[in-house]
Amino acid sequence: MDTQTTLTAQERELAELIVSALNLDLSADEIDPAAPLYKEGLGLDSIDILEIALSVSKTYGFQLKSDDADNVRIFSSLRSLSEHVQQHRTK
Amino acid sequence: LSAIPFLRPGDAEGVVARRGAEAITLPQFLADVARVAAALPTAGYVVNLCADRYRFAAGLCAALLREQVSLLPPGTAPELLRQLARDYPGVYAMSDAEQPDCPLPLCRVDALPPARRALEAVPSFPADRIAVIAFTSGSTGRPMPHAKRWGSLCHSTRAEAGDLGLSHSGSVAVLATVPAQHMYGLETSVLMPLQSGFALCAARPFYPADIRGALEQMPAQRVLVTTPVHLRALLAEEQRLPALRLIVCATAPLPSALAAEAEQRYAAPLMEIYGFTEAGQVAWRRTMDGPTWHTLTGLHVRVDAQGAWFGGSMLGQELLANDVIEAQDERRFTLHGRNADLVNIGGKRTSLAYLTQQLLSVEGVRDAAFFAPDSTGDGAGVTRLTAFAVAPGLERQAILAALRERVDPVFLPRPLHMVDALPRNATGKLPREALAALARAFAPARREGPG
Repeated sequence: MDTQTTLTAQERELAELIVSALNLDLSADEIDPAAPLYKEGLGLDSIDILEIALSVSKTYGFQLKSDDADNVRIFSSLRSLSEHVQQHRTK
Repeated sequence: LSAIPFLRPGDAEGVVARRGAEAITLPQFLADVARVAAALPTAGYVVNLCADRYRFAAGLCAALLREQVSLLPPGTAPELLRQLARDYPGVYAMSDAEQPDCPLPLCRVDALPPARRALEAVPSFPADRIAVIAFTSGSTGRPMPHAKRWGSLCHSTRAEAGDLGLSHSGSVAVLATVPAQHMYGLETSVLMPLQSGFALCAARPFYPADIRGALEQMPAQRVLVTTPVHLRALLAEEQRLPALRLIVCATAPLPSALAAEAEQRYAAPLMEIYGFTEAGQVAWRRTMDGPTWHTLTGLHVRVDAQGAWFGGSMLGQELLANDVIEAQDERRFTLHGRNADLVNIGGKRTSLAYLTQQLLSVEGVRDAAFFAPDSTGDGAGVTRLTAFAVAPGLERQAILAALRERVDPVFLPRPLHMVDALPRNATGKLPREALAALARAFAPARREGPG
């Protein structure tokens, strides 16, 4: 994990939201912002993604949708999810 | 023997399915089935991976026309499909998208040329024909097959429509958040609409906003087929939905508080379906009416020393349920709990014994155990599994990667603990309490959730 880049403040806030929503056995700083959230990275599955969607909706005031053409890219890493959140947040 | 048509004609316009705002009529369906049937390779067995529910239905009909049995494996992990290929030589996969991890030969059905010969009428199939084989995990690490006859599937799904109060309802459309590739999805989201003249919706909405969007494109009367996980997510969003006729929920016990909230918010009855892979769906209840379940019309329940048996002419033989059941009479019962070895996460089912076998099959793992912690008690929240492995010289990540090849991601352990030895007793058994103590020893400071 020594090659890990540091999280921006926004990424850290989102990482903490994910860790807390999913009760993950790690700290926000241990999440590599460039690693995939699915499978080999954080190992999340669709139940987790639904959970994250709820937390995002409550915290940032917008709903994730599947028909977003970039959906695969959005969840490809913490960094890309954070960028999507910053673009669409209403609070 | 009698033959039963693949579908019953629907309303006056003959709408078989809906994809978004588009209505798919019977002539279109017959043309689609003909071209898929013409494109399928010669084989005895097929795994239908079509994600689009309409394409799944057309593929199922095409497979029946070609006298091929559709297999419903409990997941699509590559090693599981390889095992299937050993047990069913020649099996291939039918799909409407790329399947990069699929080890089976693939037949794409999403962009086919029109068939030279169209079907003239809805095809019928013999009632005793094996249409589908579903699988349970079994305890030996090898999936156990359960064959479903076409007649039994049709009778049970027609009974379901009646028991849920949907018969003679005019124009009904069914939207589902579950895939078609397991018994609940096959029966309630595919065969019930087809056998009852309702329209099935091709989409499988995921996020709450998707579900609302899909419902908004449907005409009345809207039926939503879902699970406790999706229903909980839907209720957590403060959004209005178009009027619903009925909500159907299955795969895991639904807390009655969630059912009450759903009925109140959406002003529609919420019915739960109970079933198990060996028999398919067998009973229903309206959650708000209390704990009593009713067997589907034509089925009965009987309890003896071994457990609860469900039978009726459409099942052929009585089948033993895995749950602890108390019968009030032949048609009514209450559910008292699940067999401790069975695992249900987000509607996907397996057993701890099966998962442990998969972990033991990873080269270098000398001993292993899966453990299901007690649920946190917050209703529909999801509890994950813990696993322990004795594997000197192996990295945790390597074991997880190997396990990912073998089991569905929802069953991957969180966490996987590497240990020197398992707390086996003198007879070599692993008491649940000993595993619970070991798990506690690893988790002295569990983080608090958001509450």
